[in-house]
Amino acid sequence: MATAAPLFNGWQDRPLSEILARCRDLVEDSTYPTVKAWRANGGRVLGHFQVYFPEEIAHAAGMLPVKVRGGRTEGISVSQHFGSFLCSILKTSLELAIEKHLELDLLVTHPICDGARNLAGIWGRNFPYKAEILHLPQNPNSNGAAEFLRNEYLRLADDIVAAGGKPVTDEALRRSLDIYNHSRKLMRDLYEIRRTTPWKLGADESCALVGLAGFLPREEFNALLETVLPMIVDRPARQQDRMRVVLEGGFCEVPPFDLLQAVSRSCHVVDDDVFIGLRWILEDVSTFGDPMANLASAYINKSSYSAVQHDNEKPNEKMLLKRIKHANAEAVILASAKMCEPGLDETVAYSKELDAKKIPYFITEFEENQNTFDDISIQMETFVENIMFD
Amino acid sequence: MVASSGQQPDHGPVDHEIVGRGSREGARLMRKWFSSLTEAARHDKKAAYVFVMGNMNEVLRTFDMPIVFPEVTALQTAVRGTSVEFLKEAEAYGFSPDVCGYVKADIGMHLLGSKHPMGLIPKPALAVTTNACNTYFKWAETWERMYDVPVITIDIPNDRSRGPRSMPGDKDFKFELAYVVGQVKELIAECERVTGKKFDIDKFREHLQHANTMSRYWKMLLALNERTPAVFNALTDGLSFLGMANCFRASEEGAIFFKELYEEMEYRSRRGIGSVTRKDGKDVPVEQRFRLGFLGVPCYPIFRGFSEFFTDWGGVFVISSYLKFASGGTALGFEFDLNNPIESFAEGSLLTVRETQQGLLFDFPDIESQLSPYKLDGIVYHGVKSCRTASSGLADRRFHTSQALGLPTLLLESDIVDPRAVSKAQLKNRADAFFEGLISRQQKGLVASR
Repeated sequence: MATAAPLFNGWQDRPLSEILARCRDLVEDSTYPTVKAWRANGGRVLGHFQVYFPEEIAHAAGMLPVKVRGGRTEGISVSQHFGSFLCSILKTSLELAIEKHLELDLLVTHPICDGARNLAGIWGRNFPYKAEILHLPQNPNSNGAAEFLRNEYLRLADDIVAAGGKPVTDEALRRSLDIYNHSRKLMRDLYEIRRTTPWKLGADESCALVGLAGFLPREEFNALLETVLPMIVDRPARQQDRMRVVLEGGFCEVPPFDLLQAVSRSCHVVDDDVFIGLRWILEDVSTFGDPMANLASAYINKSSYSAVQHDNEKPNEKMLLKRIKHANAEAVILASAKMCEPGLDETVAYSKELDAKKIPYFITEFEENQNTFDDISIQMETFVENIMFD
Repeated sequence: MVASSGQQPDHGPVDHEIVGRGSREGARLMRKWFSSLTEAARHDKKAAYVFVMGNMNEVLRTFDMPIVFPEVTALQTAVRGTSVEFLKEAEAYGFSPDVCGYVKADIGMHLLGSKHPMGLIPKPALAVTTNACNTYFKWAETWERMYDVPVITIDIPNDRSRGPRSMPGDKDFKFELAYVVGQVKELIAECERVTGKKFDIDKFREHLQHANTMSRYWKMLLALNERTPAVFNALTDGLSFLGMANCFRASEEGAIFFKELYEEMEYRSRRGIGSVTRKDGKDVPVEQRFRLGFLGVPCYPIFRGFSEFFTDWGGVFVISSYLKFASGGTALGFEFDLNNPIESFAEGSLLTVRETQQGLLFDFPDIESQLSPYKLDGIVYHGVKSCRTASSGLADRRFHTSQALGLPTLLLESDIVDPRAVSKAQLKNRADAFFEGLISRQQKGLVASR
């Protein structure tokens, strides 16, 4: 680590509501003050575009992994770099870098969609540091996929060293796996609170907490969640009888927190796929044996699902049904980012499956720069009333 | 006009059996391909559905499966002016107006009984997809749900960044190749299961040999346009050749077609017979005042009209990135080793599909380089809503290339299949302004040279 002192301060010893507000402010702060502080201390930064990235490798190399996930920007400095039919997150991510709000030493993107794949080329033309694609296997059903991915991670580790990171030893990687295993456990606990006592934590509050994992040193994030989780459990919130819903479609571009808040006013969002990349691996990654192989295997065999991964073993519509069942939800919000091709395509499959299973759903689109949420509030209220009084 | 190949042009009588042969034969073969699909559909013979980049035809033909290229059938709906009906059907089914029109034109056609304007389309027995385009996955998943067919993925590790790439013999290339070899073997096993036929490696070799012939001539054909005059327009003639390159890939007819096409074009190049355009029912030579490069995908809803925005000003597209990536990278000229067919096929697939992606995602040196052999006067970028793979980076590429090369550039946006997203007047206005700039630049150059 570049520094052992916390980068995020001011929340310690504060009441829960204030902590949550400060967390949200920081996650929504597109100037990334804590990342700047890390760099000011001499730290190196690896930016990784949505959805999943094996942060443990960067962590073991002493770099700060930062999830590149767009933000609210003015859209002026990128107008010459993008066409008109692209999703917002591609444009705002580049703008944050051009405006030097987010300064990196290496950018890694993934073959999650056709726009994201292009980011490596676009970034590479605009910045002096390396921008590359991490080839997460798109045929996870092939017998050779895990071994391929292990080698791909080793290739990435070499590039991380070239970008100023330390060589990734097995020992360092095991330590990082431990820290991240613990972190994933804490996030699972957070979602369990939402599942069992959703009135204690809104979807917006939960996502603000998880979003911190995308740019705080993971040890610091873990310490924050260790403090906050018991406070949420003890939160004196009154139990409310609201409809339980799953929100699906936030896997890449992050729905505005105000939108999540608007939805949470009408119903309990008991599960979602917002920041799913940070929660992609569902179980602990073994620290025995070859840690790189374990990490690669976990991506394929111990993982969640999303519209941007094709896996014959995990048809997305069936996985959504599992999520609904596990969350004991009554309905689904299918929320796709505008111009997000995989999300919009998957909405068709989801809606057909939900029709077949007679599960109510509500389809909407969002954009990170969206400012008004009155419509969604009214639509959600109407949707809920229709179901409650059906 | 004088051929710039260093040879004196041949002024003997023109052999009309040769000139125009490629166009005639191409049209005949395309009709034949649709007829074969219609026959298969009538007899309920199931097909393999594949995509142009990484189409695995060499393997699939070994199992005698009819092969459907949904990108080709979808574009034909646009060329024939029937795409809107299918697009609307898919949108009524639930697809967004903002997703790929190819997918919607195809799915709409399936929803309406698989009746294509050029024939019937057989149902799939399996679908093969690659990662050359992410929408391929979503598209194949739709067939999977509609027809309950297996989807087989061939995942090709492409270039990760600009600059040096792994090559045969490198450490990285070894693990990439091992992954692809494994997937090719898995594809063969699945084809055996689906068709109930045993894989015939000698038959596979024959198809590899035909593919080798096609690749060799395709590469040589594209290089002919480095000369002046350009013997074909990459945006019109080139696309009909592309249909053959895909639908007849790895077949004997395809091999013969490309051998003869090259002979025709080489003959024309020797004689200074440049590309022609259709005017008032006649083929007339294109005045080649400006040599243009094209990056992106065509505008099929106004196929001829789009080209005329340029040919009317004396602009000829001598090279197009589309001819390279939409032919699956065969222009690389890779030839399979028939003594080591499976491993060599995997290696060729890795190198050729990777070649398509390098041009799509990073750069296309034939056009975007000072060293381009095509001696370009300008570059046209055409982004479309339907294809984020080919379009997402175009504006940025234009921004940097125009600065680096100092060449006039034009960025257009419309769609590949959806006429509702095509504004003809706006496109023409921009093309006109582009040529006014080119002419002004040419005149300034003349004045300066005096």
